[in-house]
Amino acid sequence: MSGSSSGIIRLLQASWLRPLIFLVFLTVLWDLSIRLFNIPAYQVPKPADVIHTLWSDWPSLLANSVPTTIATVQGFVLSALFGIPMAMLIVGSRTIESYVYPLLVFSQSIPKIAIAPLFVVWFGFGMLPKVLSAFLLGFFPVVVSAVQGFKSVEPDMVDLARAMEASRFQTFRMVRLPHALPAIFSGLKVSITLAVVGAVVGEFVGSNSGLGFVLQRSIGNFELPTMFAALVLLSLIGVILFWILDLIERVCIPWHASQRQDLVLAA
Amino acid sequence: MSNVTPLKREHRAASMEAARPVSIEIKGVSKTYKTQDGDVPSLRPIDFDIFDGEFVVIVGPSGCGKTTLLKMVAGLMPPTAGEIRVGDKIITKPHSGVGIVFQSAMLLPWRNVLRNVMMPVEVKRLPEAEYRQRAMALLKMVGLEGFEKKYPWQLSGGMQQRASICRALVHDPRIVLMDEPFGALDAMTRERMNVELQRIQRETKKTVLLITHSIPEAVFLADRVLVMSERPGTIAAVYDIDLPKPRTLDILSDQRFVEMTKVIRKHFNAQTDGA
Repeated sequence: MSGSSSGIIRLLQASWLRPLIFLVFLTVLWDLSIRLFNIPAYQVPKPADVIHTLWSDWPSLLANSVPTTIATVQGFVLSALFGIPMAMLIVGSRTIESYVYPLLVFSQSIPKIAIAPLFVVWFGFGMLPKVLSAFLLGFFPVVVSAVQGFKSVEPDMVDLARAMEASRFQTFRMVRLPHALPAIFSGLKVSITLAVVGAVVGEFVGSNSGLGFVLQRSIGNFELPTMFAALVLLSLIGVILFWILDLIERVCIPWHASQRQDLVLAA
Repeated sequence: MSNVTPLKREHRAASMEAARPVSIEIKGVSKTYKTQDGDVPSLRPIDFDIFDGEFVVIVGPSGCGKTTLLKMVAGLMPPTAGEIRVGDKIITKPHSGVGIVFQSAMLLPWRNVLRNVMMPVEVKRLPEAEYRQRAMALLKMVGLEGFEKKYPWQLSGGMQQRASICRALVHDPRIVLMDEPFGALDAMTRERMNVELQRIQRETKKTVLLITHSIPEAVFLADRVLVMSERPGTIAAVYDIDLPKPRTLDILSDQRFVEMTKVIRKHFNAQTDGA
């Protein structure tokens, strides 16, 4: 791994350090505000207390992060597995589109928090209601963006494939799917952050583990530092999952404008 | 540069022997689009034969059905009446006898230049190695040697269009259909591309059917120029361009060339005035 040290330094300067510096700035601002405006600790805890709680409760917080992360990832994977084929069906058939699409939109205006308890009634206190809740929040952006991606293929592009006597499947594999991938990925990125919210909602209404459960309990006990510590971990989970997805995207669509790094060669 | 020889195909040898074998036969072809507001006629019946190895250019006002005619020859849409024959086949669906070039290069951005050119080979499941050599030779012919691994967005507009011409030629079709292939290029590049296209056509001896809005481009490239009338389009006139080939850009100022463009333009203006 020699020679990668300069690369690491560059990476730190470019993409890592900036948000971290901003985070430090915000934390300082938070601390200063508490001191300046004399905000009592039962309303907003001091950053130092939150960091202390993160440190001292780390084992239990980490243990509770695991089920939340698992529920999020499972809900997200379900969203992708359901959302992308659903988008293909909607794009493939006007009939299916006219029947299903309006209902999908309708289903999104139902407040998920209201039906989450129903999942507990149906499926008990296990993993399943959390996963379903994460899925329910996560699938819609996948469907919408995948539909948009599949539909935005230029007709000439499809004609080109047809003129080569390409079968429907070949046209899909060589033209439609790669064309839709950037849009699908942007949907997946929105989906994964919503899946975290969904998992927490699931844990709010019926669970005895997970960060959602920790949140619920610490609010009840006025343990604000614990609650904030759980929030920090939740956002961390969201950020890490998003970042992993971003890496996968880079590998899958290196050709896309959003991923291009070298200069256009004009001639 | 003669390394882009047509691949051997038995059935062609026979037809080559006739004096001027017909490549595309358009017999009483018309097209009417069915829309919610009723039938919209796009093409009035057209009869026209294009000879093998001939360079035919279609000029006509926008919306006169030029592209429709081209798509029907490609088999992308069926004619409402009449029939189109390529060789001995009546065209009803896409067939391997044509390559198409669109106005924009339509290269797939996720494929590099070589894989874009090889796409028809992949789709038709032709022997990869053999056609790969052919693709490389074609790229060399259009001056894209060394750019095989580049992605379309790394090329200029003219280079992209040249790559798409290679893609249209790679499976060695008899006919190349071009729908305003240089319409998106700047005037200078366009003139250069015209010279190149002429050379490519002379080297590969393909039958070319090209649509353009530019009358000088039409006269420069064509053996015959086909002028179409306003929608619903039909053939308004056919002009034989008997200027000697190969033509260089010097011909643009040649008296006969200028005369020819005038004749065609006049025809055009008369038409639009009448409408």
